Amino acid sequence: MDVSLVDWSRAQFALTAIYHWLFVPLTLGLSFIIAFMESIYVKTGDEEWKKITKFWMTLFGVNFAIGVATGIILEFEFGTNWSNYSWFVGDIFGAPLAVEGIMAFFMESTFIAVMFFGWNKVSKKFHLVSTWLVAAGANLSALWILVANAWMQYPTGMHFNPETARNEMLNFWEVLFSPVAINKFLHTVTSGFVLSSVFVVGISAWYLLRKRNQMLAKRSMLIASVFGFVMSLFLILTGDGSARLLARHQPLKFAAMENLYEGQSNAPLVAVGILKNDNTEPKKKDFLMKLEIPGVLSFMAFQNFDAYVPGIRDLVHGNPEQGIISVNEKIAKGKLAIEALKEYKEAGKTGDTAKADSASAVLNSNFKYFGYGYLEKPQDAIPPIGPAFYSFRIMVALGMWFVLLFILTVFFVFFRKPEKIKWYLYLSVLSIPLAYLASETGWLVAEFGRQPWVIQDLMPASAAVSRLTTGSVQTTFILFAVTFTLLLIADIKIMSKQIKIGPKDGGEK
Amino acid sequence: MFENLSYPALQQYWWIIISLLGALLVFLLFVQGGQTLIYRLGKTETERALLINVLGRKWEFTFTTLVTFGGAFFASFPLFYSTSFGGAYWVWMLILFAFVLQAVSYEYRKKPDNFLGHRTYEAFLFINGAAGTILLGTAVSTFFTGSQFSVNENNFSQWETATHGLEAAINIQNLSLGLAVFCLSRVLALLYFIKNVNHDEIIARAKKQLLVNAIPFLVFFLLFIMLLMLKKGFAVDPLTGLVFMEPFKYLHNMIQMPVAGILFLTGVVLVLTGIFLPVFSFQSFGRQGILFAGTGSILTVFALFLIAGFNHTAFYPSVFDLQSSLTIYNSSSSRYTLTAMSYVSLLVPFVLAYIIYTWRAINRKKIDISELENESHTY
Repeated sequence: MDVSLVDWSRAQFALTAIYHWLFVPLTLGLSFIIAFMESIYVKTGDEEWKKITKFWMTLFGVNFAIGVATGIILEFEFGTNWSNYSWFVGDIFGAPLAVEGIMAFFMESTFIAVMFFGWNKVSKKFHLVSTWLVAAGANLSALWILVANAWMQYPTGMHFNPETARNEMLNFWEVLFSPVAINKFLHTVTSGFVLSSVFVVGISAWYLLRKRNQMLAKRSMLIASVFGFVMSLFLILTGDGSARLLARHQPLKFAAMENLYEGQSNAPLVAVGILKNDNTEPKKKDFLMKLEIPGVLSFMAFQNFDAYVPGIRDLVHGNPEQGIISVNEKIAKGKLAIEALKEYKEAGKTGDTAKADSASAVLNSNFKYFGYGYLEKPQDAIPPIGPAFYSFRIMVALGMWFVLLFILTVFFVFFRKPEKIKWYLYLSVLSIPLAYLASETGWLVAEFGRQPWVIQDLMPASAAVSRLTTGSVQTTFILFAVTFTLLLIADIKIMSKQIKIGPKDGGEK
Repeated sequence: MFENLSYPALQQYWWIIISLLGALLVFLLFVQGGQTLIYRLGKTETERALLINVLGRKWEFTFTTLVTFGGAFFASFPLFYSTSFGGAYWVWMLILFAFVLQAVSYEYRKKPDNFLGHRTYEAFLFINGAAGTILLGTAVSTFFTGSQFSVNENNFSQWETATHGLEAAINIQNLSLGLAVFCLSRVLALLYFIKNVNHDEIIARAKKQLLVNAIPFLVFFLLFIMLLMLKKGFAVDPLTGLVFMEPFKYLHNMIQMPVAGILFLTGVVLVLTGIFLPVFSFQSFGRQGILFAGTGSILTVFALFLIAGFNHTAFYPSVFDLQSSLTIYNSSSSRYTLTAMSYVSLLVPFVLAYIIYTWRAINRKKIDISELENESHTY
């Protein structure tokens, strides 16, 4: 397989996903924040709340449009660039995408029209219901695509059918309610809620710094900080859940995130660290400096400070004491499975049922390692350590900062005059780009960490890719990179201008 | 309920759903057609703004239907998804690119400080309207003309031309369907404007444009249908599963499946009625052309999908290797997945109901310029 084709296809998918994820989290959270605001308007009849709602709705609309633009490509790129993957798991993976369209996208797109154009056409209550349904639709669409993503990281509820040479669904509920899917959904949407809350707090802080639209700013801060605080606690909880699931289902990702080379009991968590190259083994990294907290990694992974956490070396070279087999052994089993599939197919052509049965037995007993059969050497199973390690730390540190920011905001809004606390206002504004950074690094951990797999242990990227010319993929990569960048600039400029303009109808003081 | 259906029945049920989505998509392409008429019908900035706002309230339905069409195809016929999208790469990528441009254009066009200027966003809308419809029509036509691909024993597919789908555009039949869809989308848009816009000059211009677009539509559509009815089709032997070329296959399908034939003829009559209604009637009834032409185009396209996939026909044929051709039986999801998805499909009537309800709530009154002046959210 042409390595450059695989890498360019990866790059194109990463480009689209990174751009798409710049806009989705704000849609997820801002839709709820707007719904809270409109609910207060409907309840109190206070026109000021209506103006506040409409102001945030304008920003929502600008962001939503570019989110949609970047999203359509993602859905179809599974087919255009990962054709073999689409067949190998389409029986399972396609269903959530279809459900997403039928259940979520239509709800979102139908009621968004009412939300924007229905103020004078439908009743107050119906309008409010529409706003809530937009929030529900946006978050439902996140559910289905995250179920699909979670399944790629933890394939479950299926079996391999050698007749069709694909994985087939056995249990829809197992796919939908797999622990990885539930945790991924909750962690991801709450991260969107936190980002949106930081966004609203930051822009409100900007108004306070400029000494304008103070009522809008303080009311928005109140809603966003309470919502953000509650959701950030939930985010920490689900983050903790993610760590435990990773340790069980994707141990190499877990070890790479920590750069834990040698497995150990009472494993420490590296709170801060700088990596350096270690040439004693391919892909190995050492620490230039690190600050550790003893036992915490073992606890994070297994709720036991003395638990053994396998390191990269154990997972690649094997550790019989811990019952871990080496990647070399897995590669051998994977090759056996691939060979058995070939034999099964040949037996089918000649009608040799005995041969087909024995090939099927070999395939079944080794299928767990099917994807390893496509790897050339053990080190191919190690994900890029640097990006996973640093992304994880940036995400966690910023997540902690946002909790503090929300606590400060609640405190200042209730007990002080936030407009007079300049350092806090500046920090709030500065936190907006940090929220985007945290959100993107979260995905970088997830996606760098699971390399080389498109489906954990079953299919590496090299086997999943569409057989195109590298030049074709390079061309579309450039086309989309330029287009998305231009549209991002437009998005930021329009947003900035709308914020400068502030609420329509004059707003208040 | 669905567990009791046989596997072929489930496969057929899902082909009907795909056909319905495809038919609805073609009707909703009136948004695209309208985007290519903004300068033809709107002579002032205000008139153009009115037209764009009329379309802007519906663009997401077309977009969402396209996305759902793709998702449903992936879920129900994954071998088509992997073969066509991964193979006819350029056609699909260009279609997607055209829709990317559309998604931002309504919202960004009139916003201050929009970086690219409103003319650029209007150009994006035109590109989407023209390229989106022509390419979609061309791509769907390959369901009847075939493509050059092979599928191996593991169902991994390989496109056999270096142009990766662009070759479809040099086939006269594909091109005629592409242009027919383009002209139809413009006709539907004109009828939609005539019904929903309250602006005498725009309506007068729309009526003038109607025949200008309807005539080439009829020419391209008739050419496509003529070629389709006369050509050899990709038939499947029900006993062996072998694909072979059958003379007049699609004509046979129309005759052997009278439901498809009747739907097709009814659809064509309704489209023609819709087109000529505003030409000959100036009363309010004359404004209802979109209801006839819209329903007619849904029925016609639905019938075309039926004859592409039913009656032992390969719906995505390979002219490189006939036996690699895809049928609804060899390219579908497993029985379990189709059953599970069939339960999800029960939501469709509910979804349609709330779409129709909100559509009517928003369209209750014709849009005029004064409404735009009082609206807080405009494009």
